[in-house]
Amino acid sequence: MDDRDTRTADERREGDRRSVGPNTEERQTASVRSAIRTELAVDDRARPRRKRNPDAPVVEVDHVSLAFDVPILEDVSFPAREGETVAIVGESGTGKSTMLKLLLRLLVPDRGRVLIDGEDITNLTFEEALLVRQKMGMVFQGAALFDSMTVFENVAYPLREHTQMDEDEIEERVKEKLEFVDLDAERVMEQFPSELSGGMRKRVGIARGMANNAEIMLYDEPTSGLDPLTTSTITRLIMKLQRELGVTSVVVSHDIRSVFRMASKVALLHDRRITFFGTPEEMTASEDRYIQDFLGGA
Amino acid sequence: MPPFLVRFNDAAKSKVLTIQEYFVLAGKSLRFIFSRPFYGQDVVQQMDEIGVKSLGIVLLTGLFTGMVLALQSSVQLKTFGATMYIGNLVAASMIRELGPVLAGLMVAGRVGSGIAAQLGSMRVTEQIDALNTLGTDPIKKLVTPRVLAALIMVPVLTVINDFVGIIGGNVIAAFVIGLPSSQYWRTVWDQIAADGFTLRYIPNDFVQGLSKPFVFGGIISITACYFGLGTTGGTEGVGQSTTRTVVTSSILILIVDYFITQLLLSVLSYG
Repeated sequence: MDDRDTRTADERREGDRRSVGPNTEERQTASVRSAIRTELAVDDRARPRRKRNPDAPVVEVDHVSLAFDVPILEDVSFPAREGETVAIVGESGTGKSTMLKLLLRLLVPDRGRVLIDGEDITNLTFEEALLVRQKMGMVFQGAALFDSMTVFENVAYPLREHTQMDEDEIEERVKEKLEFVDLDAERVMEQFPSELSGGMRKRVGIARGMANNAEIMLYDEPTSGLDPLTTSTITRLIMKLQRELGVTSVVVSHDIRSVFRMASKVALLHDRRITFFGTPEEMTASEDRYIQDFLGGA
Repeated sequence: MPPFLVRFNDAAKSKVLTIQEYFVLAGKSLRFIFSRPFYGQDVVQQMDEIGVKSLGIVLLTGLFTGMVLALQSSVQLKTFGATMYIGNLVAASMIRELGPVLAGLMVAGRVGSGIAAQLGSMRVTEQIDALNTLGTDPIKKLVTPRVLAALIMVPVLTVINDFVGIIGGNVIAAFVIGLPSSQYWRTVWDQIAADGFTLRYIPNDFVQGLSKPFVFGGIISITACYFGLGTTGGTEGVGQSTTRTVVTSSILILIVDYFITQLLLSVLSYG
C-alpha cells in the first residue's frame, strides 16, 4: 500500500496559504487542487504518485562551504535522487552531522547552495524554512523524543502541528506508523520515552519522522550505540522505508557494515571535502589508499 | 592594533551581541503572544508550573517576612512609643518592596532554574533541533508560553505574598506586641491611603507593587529561556545555564527594582 504524501511542493505551500511558488500558473492549478482536496476531506492516499523527473535530484548540495571558527566543509557537492539512499561516511568530527543541519537549514552555508526538490533553501526566511522542513523527516542520533510527551503524542506532534486531521485520523495514522516500525502500538503508545530501550526510542523517532509522510528522510547515526541485533533491525527498517515508500534518504553514519547494506550511493567526507562519491561496489573496488584504510579500519 | 586591544574589542563585541540576542529573544517571545498558532495548553501548563507550584514557598516567604518586619519594627518603634504604627510599616514595605522583590527572587530560584534546566537538557538532547525540524518555532512553542505564564503568575504570587505578609505582621502585632487587630488593619489601610491614588481609585502602592512583579516575571522567564536555549557542552552546560539564570535574574531583579522605584516615585504623586 502506497500512502505517501504525494502533494507537490506548490500544493503544500498552497495548503499552508503561504504560496511562494515561482510560477503563477502553477500556483493557480495548485489552489484549484487544494480546493478539491478540501472538498474531499483529508484522504490523500489515493492520489497518484508525484511525477518528478527521475534524473532531477530531490536533495542537492551544490559547492557548499562552511566555516565556524575553523573551516568545516569546503566545496562539497552531492546529489540524492528520488528513492535513493545516500550515505555520508567519514571519521568522527568531519562535519557529517553538520551536513544534515545544512539540509534542514538549521545552518546556512557560507558559500554554495542547498536544493530541496529543486528549490534553493539557502535564502529562505525562518518561517519559509519551517515549511520546507515539513517535507523532511529527521531521525536524531539520540532519537530526540520530547520527554515530556508520551510516545503517542510524540508521533502525533507533526500531525497536530501541520494538518487538520481529527483525533481519530491522528490515532489511526500514529498506530499505522508505529506498526510500520514494528512496535506494538497498543503497548507503547501511552509510555514515556524514558521507559523505552534505545532501539525502541530510535524506532519511535523514525515513526515520528515519517508521520507526516515525509518524502525525504534524514538519519543522524541511526545505528550508533545499538547492539548488533538492533543495528540490523534499524538498518532493515531504513531499507523498508526506501523500498516500500520510495523515500529519498540521507544517512550519516560511520557504521560501514550497515551503510553498505542500505546505501545506493556513498559519499566519503575526508579533510572537509567529499573525496569519493559512488556506489558501495565502486567504493570497495577503489584503489585509493585512504578509502582502503577507512574500509579496513571500519 | 595591539593584541590586548583586539581581545578587549572581541570581548566587548560578544557582550553587546549577548545583550542584543537577549532583547531579540524578548521581543520575539512577546510578539508571538499575539500570533498564531497559539499554544494555550502549554500556557496553562506553565501557569501551573510557575504559579500554583510556587505557592508554597511564596506563602512561607511572605508569612515570615511579615512577621520579622513586625518584630523588628516594634523594637524601633517602641523607643518612640509608636508601636501602634506597626501596620503602616509592614504594609508599606511589603506592598511596595519586599512582596514583589522576594516573590521575584523565590520564583527566580525555583522556576527560573527549572526552566533553564529543562530547556538546556532539551537543547543538549537535540529536542530543540527536533522541534525546528518538525516545523515548529521553538521560541513560539517553548519561550512564549513560559513568558506569558510568568507575566501573569508572578504578579498573582506577589499579591498573595503581600497579603500573607501583612497577616504575618498582624499575628506578631496581636500576640507578641499586644496591638489589637482592628488597630493594626486600620493603620495598614491608613498607610495605603496616605500614599495617594492613581486615577483617583487605584492606590499608588498597588501601582508600584504590581508593575514590579510584572517586569520581574518577564526578566525571570526570558533570562531562563535565554540561558536554557543557549546551553552548550552537555550536562555540565545544563548546570552552568541553571546557575547563570538564577544569578543573572536575581541581580537583574534587584537592579531593575531600584530603577522602577525611582521612576514610579517621580511619576506617581506621593504624599
